[in-house]
Amino acid sequence: MSQISVEAGSRPAVERGFRLQWEAAQNAYVLLYPEGMIKLNASAGEILKRCDGTATIADITADLERAFATSGLSADVIHFVTMALEKKWLQILT
Amino acid sequence: MAADSHVNASARPGPPLWLLLELTYRCPLHCAFCYNPTDFASTTAELGTDDWLRVLREARALGAVQLGLSGGEPLTRDDLEVIVQEAHGLGFYTNLITSGVGLTEARLRALKKAGLDHIQLSFQDSTRQMNDFLSSTRTFELKSAVAALIKQYDYPMVLNVVLHRLNIDHVEEILEMALRLGADYVELANTQYYGWAWHNREQLLPSRAQVEKAEQTMRRFRERPGRQMQIYFVVPDYFERRPKPCMNGLGSIFLTITPDGTALPCHAARMLPVLEFPNVRNASIEQVWYEAESFNHFRGDAWMKEPCRSCPEKARDFGGCRCQAFLLTGDASNADPVCDLSPHHHLVTEAVARADHAAAGADGASGGARREAAVEKPLVFRSPQNSSRLHSRRDGN
Repeated sequence: MSQISVEAGSRPAVERGFRLQWEAAQNAYVLLYPEGMIKLNASAGEILKRCDGTATIADITADLERAFATSGLSADVIHFVTMALEKKWLQILT
Repeated sequence: MAADSHVNASARPGPPLWLLLELTYRCPLHCAFCYNPTDFASTTAELGTDDWLRVLREARALGAVQLGLSGGEPLTRDDLEVIVQEAHGLGFYTNLITSGVGLTEARLRALKKAGLDHIQLSFQDSTRQMNDFLSSTRTFELKSAVAALIKQYDYPMVLNVVLHRLNIDHVEEILEMALRLGADYVELANTQYYGWAWHNREQLLPSRAQVEKAEQTMRRFRERPGRQMQIYFVVPDYFERRPKPCMNGLGSIFLTITPDGTALPCHAARMLPVLEFPNVRNASIEQVWYEAESFNHFRGDAWMKEPCRSCPEKARDFGGCRCQAFLLTGDASNADPVCDLSPHHHLVTEAVARADHAAAGADGASGGARREAAVEKPLVFRSPQNSSRLHSRRDGN
């Protein structure tokens, strides 16, 4: 498998065939795909819902830091997005 | 243990996350390995559109999120597009499980517009001759054309091939065909022995050598360079020593509605004699899921017998499949005989031994002669005529 590199300017989007949605019954964001579902924890849900194919990693990180009044999230976001790319939940739109 | 089971049984179960609508038993194919009940011809009228739409709304309100549209062949319903549109609007992820027969470009365009998320297309084998023999139809060319259409409409191409004694030796050819058709995923699903497949089990169960060879072929194929195609191999449980965690436990996440509106905790469960299942014509999905005795019966572990009851693995496999326990032992509360801790495990190993013996008997013959030997005792193909014929002579499966 080729090395996946995520940079500040990368624009991640939910992979074709996947759908992210809020499920009140589960009190969680879920990622739906053919005949399956991943229930996301709170931080994964917050990152994924910002992956709309137009926002860059830098935009997403800044937005999260603003929303949660914190800083230094960059490494966490890159780590999660890299994992999600490997799992094919996300794709990078260039 | 008693305290545990009390807690399990009394906790409110989670929502029916997975809803499978068997919209119809009508099917242009006549597959001998179909899991549908062999007495399907005697079922009463199919639910109408309004009932299906109400089922969708009520299930979604409880938290159902994955929707399977199956049958029979769901495309025989001319309201499929309406059902998909409602489901999509409600927020279901919609999966169409189809033979491809009836999937014209006009219908596919309409289904796409209605919000259909996913299509799983079945093939019966890699060649026209065997596909058409195993489905007792002439559908191979049509399926190939439908496969191209599915790609044209930008769906991931997911092929499902049910494996059994008569086609498992063709796994390599099946995978080559899938590659040629541009498949993204291939599901090689070993037959599960319910319904028609149970009736034909002695002719369909492969030998252990056949299963092992198929797995080796699949692994070799996975390692080949070139275009990536994901291959899933659904393990045939007769060859295992522990049972599958069937449905993640009955009444845990899975809800099936049959064509006549009967609600089931698994698509084969109608055979279970201890239970009287509710019908959505006169019960809401909330009543069905949370109140029906037949849905509560196999929740938790109070129903379990030994060796399951005191088994540390019961939380992982839930005692296996209730339907398989019933079919093989006559008691749905027994351990699934696939488990080698079950006192009935010999029923599974003996069936496998008979399959091994049948394969050994056919060895030395050419492929064609082997197939003829295998079909000498005829398969009973799924059809309304055979359904009526089987059940005019006797009751049950």
